[in-house]
Amino acid sequence: MYKPEEHNVICTVCPIGCRLTVIREEHEPDGYKVIGGVCKRGEKFGVKEVTDPTRTVTSTVAIEGGLLPRLPVRTEKDIPKHLNYELMKLISSVKLQAPVKIGEVVVANVFDTGVNVIATRSMRAVK
Amino acid sequence: MQQYEVVIVGGGPAGLAAAIEARKNGAQSVVVLERDRELGGILQQCIHHGFGLVVFNEELTGPEYAERFIDELMKLGIEYRLETMVLEVNADKTIRAISPNDGMIEIQAKAIVLNMGCRERTRGAIAIPGFRPAGVFSAGTAQRFVNMEGYMVGKRVVILGSGDIGLIMARRMALEGAKVLAVAEIMPYSGGLTRNIVQCLHDYDIPLYLSHTITEVRGKERVEGVTIAEVDENRKPMTGTEKHYDCDTLLLSVGLIPENELSRGAGIQLDPVTGGPIVNEAMETSVSGIFASGNVVHVHDLVDWVTEESRRAGAYAARYVQNKLVEDASVIASRPGDGIGYVVPHKVRPENLNDKLAIFMRVKEVFHDAKLVVKADGEVVYSRKKRHMAPGEMEIVQVDAQKLKDLKPAELLVSVEGGETVHV
Amino acid sequence: MRSGPYNHFTGSRMKRGEMYDVVIIGAGVIGCGIARELSRYNLSILILEKEGDVADGTTKANSAIVHAGFDAYHKTVNGQMNARGNPMYDRLAAELDFPFQRIGSLVLAFSEEELVSLRELIDNAHVLKIPGVEMLAPETVHAKHANLSQEVRGALWAPTGAICGPWEFAIALAENAVENGAELALNTQVTAIQKTDAGFRLSTAAGGSIESRVVVNAAGVYADIIHNMVAEPFFEINAKRGQYFLLDKSAGDIVDTVIFQAPTKAGKGVLVSPTVHGNIIVGPDAEYVEDREDLRTTGPQLDFVRQAARQSVPNIPFGMNITTFAGLRAESSTRDFIIGPAEDVPSFINAAGMKSPGLSAAPAVAEEVVKHVAVALGGELKERKDFNPHRRPAAHFAESSPEKQAELIATDPRFARIVCRCEYVTEAEVVDVIHRKVGARSVDGVKRRARPGGGRCQGGFCSPRVMEILARELGIDMGDVVKDGPGSYILTGRTKAVEGGN
Ligand SMILES: Cc1cc2nc3c(=O)[nH]c(=O)nc-3n(C[C@H](O)[C@H](O)[C@H](O)COP(=O)(O)OP(=O)(O)OC[C@H]3O[C@@H](n4cnc5c(N)ncnc54)[C@H](O)[C@@H]3O)c2cc1C
Ligand SMILES: Cc1cc2nc3c(=O)[nH]c(=O)nc-3n(C[C@H](O)[C@H](O)[C@H](O)COP(=O)(O)OP(=O)(O)OC[C@H]3O[C@@H](n4cnc5c(N)ncnc54)[C@H](O)[C@@H]3O)c2cc1C
Ligand code: SF4
Repeated sequence: MYKPEEHNVICTVCPIGCRLTVIREEHEPDGYKVIGGVCKRGEKFGVKEVTDPTRTVTSTVAIEGGLLPRLPVRTEKDIPKHLNYELMKLISSVKLQAPVKIGEVVVANVFDTGVNVIATRSMRAVK
Repeated sequence: MQQYEVVIVGGGPAGLAAAIEARKNGAQSVVVLERDRELGGILQQCIHHGFGLVVFNEELTGPEYAERFIDELMKLGIEYRLETMVLEVNADKTIRAISPNDGMIEIQAKAIVLNMGCRERTRGAIAIPGFRPAGVFSAGTAQRFVNMEGYMVGKRVVILGSGDIGLIMARRMALEGAKVLAVAEIMPYSGGLTRNIVQCLHDYDIPLYLSHTITEVRGKERVEGVTIAEVDENRKPMTGTEKHYDCDTLLLSVGLIPENELSRGAGIQLDPVTGGPIVNEAMETSVSGIFASGNVVHVHDLVDWVTEESRRAGAYAARYVQNKLVEDASVIASRPGDGIGYVVPHKVRPENLNDKLAIFMRVKEVFHDAKLVVKADGEVVYSRKKRHMAPGEMEIVQVDAQKLKDLKPAELLVSVEGGETVHV
Repeated sequence: MRSGPYNHFTGSRMKRGEMYDVVIIGAGVIGCGIARELSRYNLSILILEKEGDVADGTTKANSAIVHAGFDAYHKTVNGQMNARGNPMYDRLAAELDFPFQRIGSLVLAFSEEELVSLRELIDNAHVLKIPGVEMLAPETVHAKHANLSQEVRGALWAPTGAICGPWEFAIALAENAVENGAELALNTQVTAIQKTDAGFRLSTAAGGSIESRVVVNAAGVYADIIHNMVAEPFFEINAKRGQYFLLDKSAGDIVDTVIFQAPTKAGKGVLVSPTVHGNIIVGPDAEYVEDREDLRTTGPQLDFVRQAARQSVPNIPFGMNITTFAGLRAESSTRDFIIGPAEDVPSFINAAGMKSPGLSAAPAVAEEVVKHVAVALGGELKERKDFNPHRRPAAHFAESSPEKQAELIATDPRFARIVCRCEYVTEAEVVDVIHRKVGARSVDGVKRRARPGGGRCQGGFCSPRVMEILARELGIDMGDVVKDGPGSYILTGRTKAVEGGN
């Protein structure tokens, strides 16, 4: 029996958290039909979550000479979800030296996504 | 004895916003007293994003959000003292604090804003049976170790409580290479945001067990395992539903309570439901001239509302110092009605309102398609249909101030009407 | 298992293989009390303890009551030792600076039958000469104690009932003994004892051996095992567990004296009492357990304690619980304390079967044991001229007046760094307890001495700071700081160093 491609997705755009079903449908403009949602934003989210799920990743890197041994960082924008662990590996070897300014690029253009990893706080140098 | 117009106790987001707003509203001498080595409060360890959507219309991490306010504080030249622990706040608005640099400090303030934040509930608060080994952490303590000190607290982890901090830590630990085995939640619904359930649990294939609790902790020296079991409608574990996990770590995310030692010491009346001070429209406590805002009043899930509330507290504190606050005005009591756990503020003097009265509240259950209604002595002054309300998400309503000034009611009653309660 | 910062504080003779006059096995309140009493004399003394700290056995988990002494029957050793031990506490507390308060105790009766048993207790008190014990009418009880049940039919009042800090007491005893020349070896488990011509040879789990003329057995729930290593078995110790709730300080004024329940056939009832730190302790139940390390709390027994306590104090606020814990009573098959030399091995002296009121009796037990040691060593012991009964007192910032606090900060700015926001413990105090003679080596060790983490947040806020200070003061990595015993590691490595994951 033919069964169309179908995905269950929980919408995270707003707190209602609609349970969406995203069904492959050639004739739809973006190739998918979304049911179970309450609004347009949810439909857009559903398709994106199925075709190109992305996330902002936040973590820390090592820093020397500052108040703390770790400096918090983030991806400036979303990166493809499957790169989460790759990114963690990538930044595990980073070691910065205080001072650092908020927004400073820690690693540029990770995995050629065009997205930078940036510092999310400033840290002064301390003796 | 040092003299200040406005003294801010605590330099987290609440204290920072209150200090800035007090200055902007004309208070000349303002000082922030912070016991930590830096400003920013709990935000410095909340390195995840999800802060600032309301205030800045963008998604920031905790430290980024904090730094914006710290920068503004510096620009305004507001005085702050670090490593300064306030030991005593008195009803006569004297403060006693200590610091390694300044020793014993005594201050006479004209107004005080309390912004000490909250603390986490512990294992004892929920009396989990079993051994008491190392490896049981509150989620916030674990967050500090991992995010600020750079140490892992475990390799195989079970989390009790599905509040946002627990969910955020599930993802954080998983990303750092730990195996997060399960999240157990005693209530039939999650205490955290849907978004966190998706991005912190689903993304990492971490199961969430609703209506489950921990029934045993094993391991004499270090945690060796835990047992979770399903609970009945009285939240008692049911035999035969146990699941055993081999793990070395148990994280607890079982709720926060306002830090109320100083409030209590000052003789401030507390609300037994929120655990924080009873406040009026000015965020003033039962002691005249002592204000409070942020998590020390009631636990917030969004820092943006902490900022909103604290700006008001700071502005009103400045007005108090300038004798611009109407003190002996008519007082409206605002109360929680059906479906509502608590409301803040508890008292309203309409004369002091600008154009709107913001009422913060939490509902008691998950509601779908219900109405949130505010009645002034029976007359509806606000009503809005809500698709979704949950205890984990604070609700805010804005009531027209003019209406209250006209009606001068004795009571404001906030309730949930109609709709269905949802059991997930 | 990783090795924590476990040192032996002393043990110089041990290293040189010399013979001690006395080796004491077990550093609970009994062993430490004996060591301190013996340290008045010109003797070489060594205390051996299998755990990483003193007071890590039953001494760290009990009701902390210094019983007035009316309860234990006058014809038993424990009755006599209790009656003698209680009045010795005032002086000890003054000399050794540990928390002790005479707050008196009440035994409640809820029926005619229970009133009868109270009268029997009063008779017992008279024989033992316990001062001030009297019967109170229900009106008197209710007038003075508003939170007690209306069902109370009468109560026994004993003004000399007291509370103390049991582990602080034991630590103080050990510290004072060491200051007076005794030696202490932690993480040193005795695994065998051999009789030799001159005395004994003790073997330890780590493979060492120690020689001693006299051995004192103060091994708590393991006392029968130690005894049977060298002497003919004649008693057995069974572990009887008791579970507790500890309520927050904000519940601290619910009762202001120790509240017992009249003993019945069903058992001794549970108590509700203030602690020396202003908390409320509720418990214990009584339940035999197989495993002598089984310190688990269990749902049903905690429920039992809740129910039983409500009979005395109906509105007891269990919502303010900050921790639950359990302790193990060393119940001897002889049903009494066993104090004195083994019949077949005269230089092997037992201080065994120290169930309740072992804590109350500890000072008297120590005096008794010293007499036996003297006999075993062949007569009079020679007093040291330089014995100092006083322990260097510690500064307690939280309990000091504002003026005193300012003074403390002026001498050491670390008094202005609050480590524990619940108990207002300062960095200076934490550093002090690490560097004292029997100093803290673990987070719980610091907690037992200075109380950070003893408050309502139970270490949530302060444990990272305590760990930082321990690491710095001991010169170790923070990752190697343990909670209590060697296997109780807290951190599992640095971030970004682990592989695998979800
Ligand atoms: C772990 C965690 C995760 C969170 N995640 C999110 C999120 O994802 N998104 C979001 O919007 N919100 C989040 N929140 C909520 C938000 O961060 C808090 O509501 C907000 O930080 C509260 O601000 P505050 O200033 O009231 O308290 P805090 O930030 O706790 O600040 C209180 C300050 O007072 C100081 N202080 C306390 N007592 C004294 C004293 N006696 N003397 C001097 N100083 C004192 C403390 O050191 C501290 O700096 C989270 C909260 C927590 C606890
Ligand atoms: C639930 C409960 C409530 C109580 N309440 C009270 C009360 O209110 N008042 C009162 O007076 N008494 C009370 N008691 C009794 C009191 O706590 C004990 O009598 C006292 O703590 C016993 O001290 P100890 O030194 O004999 O034992 P412990 O403190 O157990 O010390 C024995 C030590 O020996 C060590 N050891 C064992 N084997 C070896 C070995 N092979 N090698 C080296 N070291 C070894 C152990 O590690 C331990 O540290 C209570 C007891 C319990 C369990
Ligand atoms: S579909 Fe619309 S209403 Fe439903 S959760 Fe998504 S954004 Fe909210």
